[in-house]
Amino acid sequence: MRVSEVWLREWVNPPVATAELAERLTLAGLEVDSVDPVAKEFEVAVTPNRGDCLGVAGLAREIGVLYGCPTHGPAPNRVRPEIDEVWPLTIAAPAACPHYAGRVVRGIDPRAETPLWMRERLRRSGLRSISSVVDVTNFVMLELGQPMHAFDLEKLQEAIVVRFSHAGERLALLDGQTLELDADTLVIADAKRPVALAGIMGGVQTAVTAATRAVFLESAFFTPASVAGKARRYHLQTDSSQRFERGVDFDLQVRAIERASELLVAICGGQPGPVVDRLYAEHLPQRQVIKLRASRIARVLGTEIAAAEVETILTRLGVRVSGGDGVWDCVTPSFRFDLAIEADLIEEVARIRGYETIRGQPPRQLMSMRGRSEVQIDLDRIRQVLVERGYQEAITYSFVDPAEQARLTPDLEPVALANPIASDMAVMRTSLWAGLLQALKYNQNRQCDRVRLFESGLIFVRGPGGVDQRPMLGGVLWGLQHPEQWAEPKRGTDFFDLKGDIEAVLALLGNIPEGLSYQPTEHPALHPYHASRVHKGNQSLGIFGALHPGLAAALGLEQPVFLFELELNLLTQRSVPRFSPISKLPMVRRDISLLVDRGVAAVELIRCVAETATNGLKDFQLFDLYKGEGIDPKKKSIALGLIFQGTSSTLIDAEVDQGVERVLKRLRERFEATLRS
Amino acid sequence: MLNGAEVIAQAERSIAAAQDLSTLDEVRIHLLGKKGVLTALLKQLGALPPAQCPAAGKAINDAKEAVTEAIAKRQAALYQEHLVRSLEAERIDVTLPGRGQRPGGLHPVTRTLHRIESLLTQIGFEVIEGPEIESDFYNFEALNIPPEHPARAMHDTFYFDEHTVLRTHTSPVQIRVMESRKPPLRIIAPGRVYRRDSDLTHTPMFHQVEGLMVDVDVSFAHLKGILQDLMRNFFEQDDLRLRFRPSYFPFTEPSAEVDIQCVMCRGSGCRVCGQGGWLEVLGCGMVHPRVFEHAGIDNEAYTGFAFGLGVERLAMLRYGVDDIRMFFENDTRFLMQFR
Repeated sequence: MRVSEVWLREWVNPPVATAELAERLTLAGLEVDSVDPVAKEFEVAVTPNRGDCLGVAGLAREIGVLYGCPTHGPAPNRVRPEIDEVWPLTIAAPAACPHYAGRVVRGIDPRAETPLWMRERLRRSGLRSISSVVDVTNFVMLELGQPMHAFDLEKLQEAIVVRFSHAGERLALLDGQTLELDADTLVIADAKRPVALAGIMGGVQTAVTAATRAVFLESAFFTPASVAGKARRYHLQTDSSQRFERGVDFDLQVRAIERASELLVAICGGQPGPVVDRLYAEHLPQRQVIKLRASRIARVLGTEIAAAEVETILTRLGVRVSGGDGVWDCVTPSFRFDLAIEADLIEEVARIRGYETIRGQPPRQLMSMRGRSEVQIDLDRIRQVLVERGYQEAITYSFVDPAEQARLTPDLEPVALANPIASDMAVMRTSLWAGLLQALKYNQNRQCDRVRLFESGLIFVRGPGGVDQRPMLGGVLWGLQHPEQWAEPKRGTDFFDLKGDIEAVLALLGNIPEGLSYQPTEHPALHPYHASRVHKGNQSLGIFGALHPGLAAALGLEQPVFLFELELNLLTQRSVPRFSPISKLPMVRRDISLLVDRGVAAVELIRCVAETATNGLKDFQLFDLYKGEGIDPKKKSIALGLIFQGTSSTLIDAEVDQGVERVLKRLRERFEATLRS
Repeated sequence: MLNGAEVIAQAERSIAAAQDLSTLDEVRIHLLGKKGVLTALLKQLGALPPAQCPAAGKAINDAKEAVTEAIAKRQAALYQEHLVRSLEAERIDVTLPGRGQRPGGLHPVTRTLHRIESLLTQIGFEVIEGPEIESDFYNFEALNIPPEHPARAMHDTFYFDEHTVLRTHTSPVQIRVMESRKPPLRIIAPGRVYRRDSDLTHTPMFHQVEGLMVDVDVSFAHLKGILQDLMRNFFEQDDLRLRFRPSYFPFTEPSAEVDIQCVMCRGSGCRVCGQGGWLEVLGCGMVHPRVFEHAGIDNEAYTGFAFGLGVERLAMLRYGVDDIRMFFENDTRFLMQFR
């Protein structure tokens, strides 16, 4: 709500300067966004609960309460009817329109110009001058907060009927569009058709024009419920609907129509008829007695407020207060729609007194510890592992480009937004990769030579029980493995750099009896032979590998790009360590170099060695891999370091030899492995 | 026959003449070895008349001892020289940078969340998370925002269908917690929220931390106390001033918006605070009785407060970031500044 200070001070004039007035209003919940220093216009951000302040009179009333000074707007004035004409009026929906005042004014001069002072006040409040009749109705709305409408009487057919629309009825509005109405929209109709959307906008067929010589003035109270939501449904937010949905004083209609008549006659001349005032008191918003307890005020606010002060504040606000002795009976005024329960009154007391009068204090609480399990792994710990390994955390949008995502996870139908903000942010992510790849591209386009990003967040996957919102940890790697440096040869990141990172994260799980298993896998987004899934038991913890080169090219990315995605829900628990005794006996290491077919997976070989359960074999390592010159091109050479240690006595050479032979025998049987000479 | 002094003198000359450890070793063998000079002299003792034997023996042994000591001394000196020379040869440029991976860093939003969480968990608040695709009921209705409520216009909501939205605030977590637990409650709910709004100062996704405390006697004064503590500790400014302005949220009553004194100019007015000296950082209030009703908490037995703060806003003020959109571009040149 924008209003000039001069206009405001005509209504209420506290002895304070502009800046102080603005600050006081702000601290009372009517935030003054800005004061134009030259024009002295206040821009007041009125919250949705304070429809009563969407008018100069209402704002002035509030200032009067804050400063304890009187308000003095133009005195309510009854305009004497000069003609007897009464337009037929039927209120067919009194529950939605419990108060309606109407009046005929004939013989107005359509060429009369709006006086400069009025045009200026409208302009300063952000409204442009349209015609003298419309300007008068708008002025009264700004002044008193009562939206009004003027119909061209000559264009109305027979009567005014306030009723609900019939489905399919059409109404051409002032803004040029024609609505097809639903069945439950409150309209103003004449005998034949709807002529206005009640409380929202008038129709074009009955609008006042430069030829209008007779008008029917409307000053009504439409209940908030009858207007709320309708404006939005028809995409029509108007000054009028804004006020009605927040609540207009239901005691204001006659005063407003008199004020409008007074101004209209003064500007355009004309002969007013009598005011027709239809009031259905039983349908007016009820103002129940609210009980306010002094003890509750103290408990909610955390401070004691003297009874006299409470009574003064409420009375000034227009609340009728009776009783006392710790409990007051309060009845709120017709212009306040936001005061319905005790808490609302407590807020009023605190607000007018000033929140600054309540001193902050720390709560007193019982000191008790919250248990904390040692097995719990914090997300933060997981993030730290990646950060230490050179990753930068990213945060990407949860909605992504449907086309790009369809290439990454073609098998998953994403959850689509009904009203996306942009076509490339239209569906929820089914994996963290779409966002991360976009971030990669952004950086590749900006001369970056290496990118390592990770993100944690929800993905949204359709499941049998609805949409599964699952926390994931995802990452993307591209470019140099190390920042360019003198002491390391420059080399690109490869699959095993990625796998090392995955292993480091999964090491947080501690000792897993069944172990983790890494298996080759297929994924539409990944290189068919550079992709692996990691399992713990039969649970898949996640997937990682190289982005499919074809896809990388299609996405315009420099290659190779590596990706991973792990299930955070499965990374929340680790084992508590359990000590096992350390043998003091010496260890013996034997290295063997084997030739096996290239197709033999290292993991099979390792599992086979472990399964031999060879006596004294304590540990073993795969420490070298060779393919190429000097060996059969169909074979690869794998070197194992076998570590033996006795359990009760030092092993002798013969025992170790026996152990090595046992391992070799198994490997020969399983993989036709031979010793490389 | 044996001139001990002569032998020693000669030996000392050759020891001194040895310029490296291997030459010295040759000298040692020449003097003390099995076929060495002094060993030969000892062997000749038997040829002497018995009366001369003890004196001659002693002379030889003395000479042997003296020579051994001289060799050891020379050896130590030569080793020292050798060490100095070889260490010199190992000279490196210690000013060269170290080898390996450089650590990355956390996103500034995460960093800010950690700060807020670590301050509030100290006084017993527990971190709880909730879904981002949320029902209309939890996002609006249970928070006392019925379908036609004008406050819905303040939230530019992303919809999936009539009943499902992307949460516009983290407040629905309040309801979920109140439904599933009994007071006393002290929780914070950090996370992503979404509003259909994108311009210089808005991104369609951002982060909030919701706070909720419910107990038999939680008051507005406590709310003020905790938020004051939080803001002062977050910005590490003990005298930071806060301003509580009455405002309107359907799910709190009384409601307040909280301004902090501008942390850039300390309230004297600058570009960041629009010359006003104040910065709006959060909204809060006492839990609205109807919200308690929705969640099945007895309004007479309990009172509570809730607050919701914008994480990006705090991160911008804390780290001097002037464009909210940078948080989600993921430019590594931006991210790497928060290591």
